[in-house]
Amino acid sequence: MKRTLTGILAISGLALTLLPSMLVFSGAISTQTNKWLMGIGMVLWFTMAPFWIRRAR
Amino acid sequence: MILDKLTARLKSVQEYEKEPVPASRHKSWRSFLGMYAGEHTAGTEFVIGPLFVAHGASAGDLAFGLLVGNLLAVLSWAFLCAPIAVKERITLYYKLEKICGKNLTVVYNLVNALMFCFLAGSMIAVSATAVGIPFDIPLAKLTDWLPSHVSWVIIVLAVGTVTTLVATLGYEQVSRFANIASPWMILVFLAAAIAVLPELGVKSIADFWPAAESKIWTGVPLEGQSKFTFWHVMFFAWFCNMAMHIGMADLSIFRYAKSWKAGFTSAGGMYVGHYFAWLASGILYAVFLQKSQNSLEFAPGPIAYYAAGITGAFCVIIAGWTTANPTIYRAGLAVQAIIPNSKTWKVTLIVGLVTTTAACFPALVMRLLDFVALYGLVLMPMGAVIFIDFYILPRLGLKSDFAEKAGIGINWAAAGTWIFTLAACLFINFSFGVEIFFLGLPGWFVAVVLYIGLSYLFQPSKQLKPNLS
Repeated sequence: MKRTLTGILAISGLALTLLPSMLVFSGAISTQTNKWLMGIGMVLWFTMAPFWIRRAR
Repeated sequence: MILDKLTARLKSVQEYEKEPVPASRHKSWRSFLGMYAGEHTAGTEFVIGPLFVAHGASAGDLAFGLLVGNLLAVLSWAFLCAPIAVKERITLYYKLEKICGKNLTVVYNLVNALMFCFLAGSMIAVSATAVGIPFDIPLAKLTDWLPSHVSWVIIVLAVGTVTTLVATLGYEQVSRFANIASPWMILVFLAAAIAVLPELGVKSIADFWPAAESKIWTGVPLEGQSKFTFWHVMFFAWFCNMAMHIGMADLSIFRYAKSWKAGFTSAGGMYVGHYFAWLASGILYAVFLQKSQNSLEFAPGPIAYYAAGITGAFCVIIAGWTTANPTIYRAGLAVQAIIPNSKTWKVTLIVGLVTTTAACFPALVMRLLDFVALYGLVLMPMGAVIFIDFYILPRLGLKSDFAEKAGIGINWAAAGTWIFTLAACLFINFSFGVEIFFLGLPGWFVAVVLYIGLSYLFQPSKQLKPNLS
């Protein structure tokens, strides 16, 4: 259960890193919003991924 | 307490420098995929991609040149380096000691370690351009060689210290760090490039290629930069890691592989890092040039910060680390082969200090393409020596691992091959004006012919140790 949760959060971090840039490209969000979302994605990935990967091993 | 734990951890770092890696420590292809993708989606990519733009590579030349050059690099890892690594399962330096003798290996290791230090130093410098953003340090120019500001030196020293401390913890730590950072870094490269495309007039996918040709890779070099063609791009992509594949430095890495096929995992590094990341960083630099009206200032940190905010800056820092860490570690192995009884972590610490000092000079970043090409070229002849020694000499009735069997300190066939190959490359460069990016190919064949010829000349005159021959 914990592994699933950390996995979902870690993947969400990666999604927040990439997907907002596509929204900028399509004109749906501003570049400033994109930078904030990428920042949140970075924090999620680096806080969750180590636990997720360790549990997966 | 923490210090005790750290000391115990450092003492337990065991990297099998002088013995074959046991089966229990072999790693699956996934471990190498993570490492290669991480190592080659790294700090250098933030420099090389923009330098292609600065050298006026056209969009078509870049797209096809990278496709072919990276394929040749993957094949070099898979068919030249990895098969020897999994059969021998010893470090490059120990293998060289057996072939070339202790004394020549010492010389090789010194040259190798120095090259690794400079390469890692350039990556520490790249990281420092991002760390320095809050301090508003003046940006270096493409033509700069010396540090221009004391605050730059202080930041480089800080980044270098942290990078070195991570590297002292050994391959396991480096691999783990690269594995975690790698997928995120790749996405940051892509995301940053996608987000700035509208600033180049790209509103749909159909707009991309015309904008690529007219605004990003225009085919016109910046002031003071030489012009790059398809051949420059292809040979650079193939040979930028020449020391690792054809030069056999990655024997030390693939000795942990379960199968030689792990060599193909280098494709992860080549096509993600040396293709998409180079294109992505080129796009970011094109936006910078457009905004700055073709300014010669160049610093990857601020460029990434403009495109992706704080995430971009962190990406540059971490990208620099994931290149600098394994490179410092490799340099540590090179030096340790000279001083066999020294601890890996102590040697790595010293190497890190040298690297950090080198990182203070912007020339390492601004002339990175030339340096990377030189670095591969200088070490390439010994890779050719290992290849011929392993596959060809036994078939010709000559002895492999000649120095070990003859009990000599220098195998003059290998020494002559190294010196005369580099002399031949220098001659081709000066006499025919062939640029450094292209010298590796003729140089490899020169080395092959020389080593076979010189082995015929030197081997029969030596009395082999009876028990080993």
